[in-house]
Amino acid sequence: MSEMSLKEELQTATSTSRNQDLVRTNNRKRWRTDLTGWLFVLPFLLIFIIFLVWPVIFGFRMSFFNWTIGGNGSSHFLGLANYQELMGDGAFWKALGVTLIFTVISTPILVVLALGLALLVNRAIPAQALFRTIFFAPFILPVSVVTLIWSWIYQPGFGLIDGTLTNLGLSEIQWLTDPTIAMIAVIILTIWWTVGFNFVVYLAGMQQISPELYEAASIDGAGTWARIRYLTIPLLNRFTSLIVILQVIASLQLFTQTYLLTSGGPNYSTRSVIHYIYDTGFTSFRLGYASAMSYVFFVIILVVAVSQFALVSRQSRKGRNA
Amino acid sequence: MISEQHQLMASQANSGARMTRRNFLQQTAALGIGGSAALTLLNACGSPLASSGTHVTYWNLFGGGDGVRMVQMENNFSQSHPNINLEAVTLAWGAPYYTKLAMAAAGGRPPDVAISHMTRVPIYASENLLDPFDIDELARYGITEDKFLPAIWQRAHYNGKLYTIPLDTHPFVLYYNTDICQKAGLLNADGSLKPLNSPEVLMDAFKRAQQVTGPGTFGLAAEAQAITAWRLFYTLYSQLGGEVLSADGKTLTMDDTKAEQVLSFMADLTLKSKVASPFQDYAGAVALFGSGKAAFHWNGEWEVTTFLAQKDLHFNMAPFPQLYDTYRVQADSHAFILPHQLAVDPARRAGALEYISYMLKNSQNWAAGGHIPAYLPVTESDAYKQLKPQSNYASVAANAVLDPIAWFSGSGSELENQAGAAFQGVFTGAMTSTQALQQFKAALQKLLAIPAFN
Repeated sequence: MSEMSLKEELQTATSTSRNQDLVRTNNRKRWRTDLTGWLFVLPFLLIFIIFLVWPVIFGFRMSFFNWTIGGNGSSHFLGLANYQELMGDGAFWKALGVTLIFTVISTPILVVLALGLALLVNRAIPAQALFRTIFFAPFILPVSVVTLIWSWIYQPGFGLIDGTLTNLGLSEIQWLTDPTIAMIAVIILTIWWTVGFNFVVYLAGMQQISPELYEAASIDGAGTWARIRYLTIPLLNRFTSLIVILQVIASLQLFTQTYLLTSGGPNYSTRSVIHYIYDTGFTSFRLGYASAMSYVFFVIILVVAVSQFALVSRQSRKGRNA
Repeated sequence: MISEQHQLMASQANSGARMTRRNFLQQTAALGIGGSAALTLLNACGSPLASSGTHVTYWNLFGGGDGVRMVQMENNFSQSHPNINLEAVTLAWGAPYYTKLAMAAAGGRPPDVAISHMTRVPIYASENLLDPFDIDELARYGITEDKFLPAIWQRAHYNGKLYTIPLDTHPFVLYYNTDICQKAGLLNADGSLKPLNSPEVLMDAFKRAQQVTGPGTFGLAAEAQAITAWRLFYTLYSQLGGEVLSADGKTLTMDDTKAEQVLSFMADLTLKSKVASPFQDYAGAVALFGSGKAAFHWNGEWEVTTFLAQKDLHFNMAPFPQLYDTYRVQADSHAFILPHQLAVDPARRAGALEYISYMLKNSQNWAAGGHIPAYLPVTESDAYKQLKPQSNYASVAANAVLDPIAWFSGSGSELENQAGAAFQGVFTGAMTSTQALQQFKAALQKLLAIPAFN
């Protein structure tokens, strides 16, 4: 309906019916606006429902059945048996431990190192753009390429590191065959690969800080370290909390790099929860049990993420009140 | 699609500068419908509508050297069969392939014919994801029981029905570098490898080869983990007469004494005699042998293509040695299967059978990639016997042991994963033979107790 007809309507309306008409047209207008909004959202909404909401509901249902890949178990209702099995499944808890250890070790390094690199690059140094590129470049590589590069670096005997060590007369490091060192090898790879993202976020944050603040601080006699300690880091607080939350969630989802680099070995010492879920669902074809594990893990991630948000928002409230 | 866009722009021009919202929505809807119609047409380019003749879709998992050969054979087939429109799809080996295949069959729109490892068939058959072959129909395409080894033909059945047509047998074999072995005095006058018929003789050969290649090298370059650990264990354990599971796949029948004997031999290789690196992975082992830095390598025969491509490498191949009582060697078989169709199209099914028949009869080509053809007229031909080094180990097909029959067994299965994880510890010394065996047995017990497929 065009504006013209609306105007005509208003002009020809009698004074008594005018108010009623206004209410009606307003209602119709709102309804139309709502409809337009929904129509714009519709294409995404459909995809969202078909590929996310529905599978989430369907998967939850599967977790109560002895569901196999052919769907034959859909008639075999198990109740909570899958969840009970999970409670006593050592392999699940071991995989959860692997994921948590990886997260606890890798997250602080990925945050602090990114901050350090950003501080270095943010100074007026020659070839700043070159360093920025070097630190960020690995992030754009696909995971398959990253693991291929590192599997040859970690190669025993003639790999880049072990080859050099033997040539220097030193003993080799068992990068991928010693359970403890394999985890370190995965963490090193992950840092090299993903620190660039946090680095860029920090760099963007630093470039938003007004130079006048540093100038004023310098006049007040603050040295380089004092400026970083009392100016840069506090002003980056919002960025830090964003990076930490994103990083924790990303680290908890550890899968592809270990799947490709170590296949979860040696002896499952680097098999993450998601890898175990994948093995159960797609190698052993036990979709029901894999779904049950997914839901337990989903709840764990949810709890971690929500408590982080709560912590961060309380801190920022405290910051404002002070 | 492009013409639709032109239409949209033209109508925009007609309606003047100001486009109403209703107009916009109408046009977008038209574009959307038009767009999907165009997509349908595009799809049709790769489907039977676009060309005359029967359409046959075929999935396989050959990504390596044998994949190149498979594509050649597919092209040859298409050229000689203009009436059949073959659409071949290669997918990633292992779990990704088997998942997709199962999903497609469960969803009712699978390929007409596909490749599977014979050892992975029971779980598919039991889940009703496969159609059995009709023996009488097969006979019309020259595929009959007498053209295959009895054991493999037997294994192609499940519950009394024929579910697979074997294309090849691919055993675990021994590769040796002829230059190094010559210097180490391990070759006969005719250039063949002297028999390595006991653990002691084999170990001694590795040591002598290692002296030739010098300090810092190993006589044997072999993956000391994952699937190779299983292949080695299962070969030797079977040579001792051991069995892992009962014939029905429901009970663990591991003979601890025999298993520990084999595991001690494996530990000896890397820890006591130190003729192989305890930390070697697959790619590294292939690279070491391929670059002539190691005298021996054991693996599946399919790496022959990789090694033939190395100009400076002089090597030969032999059956995996017999170290114990009876000759046995771990193997699997690539086989054709018919994924379950909701409604079988007779023309497409006939095309699929024609394709299978062609591939079997022309598997001389396939043999060049290392695999032993399952179709006996090919393996008995002179052309195959003259194919060296590939025909050196053809005799082992009769003594091949395939992975135990169980839903969690077979190539790329949980059983192989669990074996690899446990036995790697034996090579590195992280576990004793007894500990590794207990871990593997516990894993198998857990799998046997799972209700999913029992």
